[in-house]
Amino acid sequence: MSAMSSTYTRRRLVNIISLSLSTFAMLFGLFWLAWILYTLFKNGFGGLSVTLFTQTTPAPGSQGGLSNAIIGSLLMSVGGTVIGTPIGILAGTYLAEFGDRGWLAPLTRFINDILLSAPSIVVGLFIYEVYVVRTGHFSGWAGAFALAILVIPVVVRTTENMLRLVPSSMREAAYALGAPQWKMTLLVTLRAAKAGVVTGILLAVARIVGETAPLLFTALNNQFYSNLNQPMANLPMVIFQFAMSPYEDWHSLAWAGSLLIGLFVLGMNIVARALVKPQQQH
Amino acid sequence: MNAALKPKLAVKNLNFYYGNYHALKNINLQVGEGKVTAFIGPSGCGKSTLLRTFNRMYELYPKLRAEGEILLNGNNILEKGVDLNMLRAKVGMVFQKPTPFPMSIYDNIAFGVKLYESLSKSEMDDRVEWALSKAALWTEAKDKLRQSGLGLSGGQQQRLCIARAIAVKPEVLLLDEPTSALDPISTAHIEELVHELKQDYTIAIVTHNMQQAARVSDYTAYMYLGELVEVGETDNIFTAPKKKATEDYITGKFG
Repeated sequence: MSAMSSTYTRRRLVNIISLSLSTFAMLFGLFWLAWILYTLFKNGFGGLSVTLFTQTTPAPGSQGGLSNAIIGSLLMSVGGTVIGTPIGILAGTYLAEFGDRGWLAPLTRFINDILLSAPSIVVGLFIYEVYVVRTGHFSGWAGAFALAILVIPVVVRTTENMLRLVPSSMREAAYALGAPQWKMTLLVTLRAAKAGVVTGILLAVARIVGETAPLLFTALNNQFYSNLNQPMANLPMVIFQFAMSPYEDWHSLAWAGSLLIGLFVLGMNIVARALVKPQQQH
Repeated sequence: MNAALKPKLAVKNLNFYYGNYHALKNINLQVGEGKVTAFIGPSGCGKSTLLRTFNRMYELYPKLRAEGEILLNGNNILEKGVDLNMLRAKVGMVFQKPTPFPMSIYDNIAFGVKLYESLSKSEMDDRVEWALSKAALWTEAKDKLRQSGLGLSGGQQQRLCIARAIAVKPEVLLLDEPTSALDPISTAHIEELVHELKQDYTIAIVTHNMQQAARVSDYTAYMYLGELVEVGETDNIFTAPKKKATEDYITGKFG
């Protein structure tokens, strides 16, 4: 009896210690996050105004906004997502549903993992070399291509993982009706994994909207509105340029831009969470 | 076996391997047309494996292979050139856990039908109603055909899966422990259903539950360690088994 109670006391002690440690780690992480959000709001909130969305980036000392950068970021992010998502979904589907036998799937998965953790500046340099150098100028398309390359591995990974969460009994049931594999995949498993796949896309979008490095050598920047064949303004580059400047009004615009990106990424993540939730309840 | 029995499926010298593991050993047996044949035996005896050779579900996984013959209407389904999709249209299957697809009740039924037939909207409506009625689900489901099949209770989901299987109009229905995940009332529903369905279909059912085998089946096969120990009319198997091993299992001395 005493042996049992000493085991029990020890177990309670270990429980309390591990609970305290993990709670502390959680609070430590949250602290920095809260600080970042607080700083963004404190410095950026004052800069939020209608002109931010209606006027282009100004010269120092004159009135202006971030509209060209906002539009540029949206265009290139949408472009990157539209180009990268189908490739990512198709490749992820191949890995989960078709690649069980053979060497191609393990190789693809390995390369995808490398791509997932590749520094984004390398991706920017790559597009610079294969696209910007050949076309002879920086452009919005080049930026979109670079962002697409960042989208692909994220979507591949989440699509594969989400499809693997679909119970194999679901596949067997479709096969047992005599469904061919492509119909089973398209109509049953991809549909079952839909919320998770969409979440992956949203997370990929959240990742690319704040990327600066891949745009450095591709889209560069622009003082004015531009089309995708010209160098294009974008929030991360403008923030970088304005934050490094000595001008007070540029600083304020940089903070406002940072707040915009921060809120956008936060919103994306919240939407992504909300989408996954109903699925987990099954 | 009864001489008047017309075999729908005839298994001849069937051996099955999981890699090097010899899972089914020289099985010979017949599944009679319009009859319910139950497969009983302790876990791992190969009864589910045997059932899954009837529609070649094992093909989904590498390193599994079957040797011997399984004749469906006299044609060997284990031959190389057999069209698996057409085979599975003739031999439907319902699994242990209900597996409704993530779509509406209506679309769950229509999914299989669309693979083989192009029906008009009204013909499809009729087929869905027919299949759901056959599976004793129509009265409960008719007002929520457009709602997700995942919203049904476990027992209803299993009946939906049965409806989905029979909507394709198969000749044989394989039931792999169809009630082991269900409560007693849902189980009773499914058992009644098996009684109804055997008028139109040949049914093979794997079950852990010996009372269930006794209740629903015309013939019972007892398997142990990959071998078919005894097969015969259910009444005989449960009252006067020929082999000691069968008697021990049925009376609960073993397993």
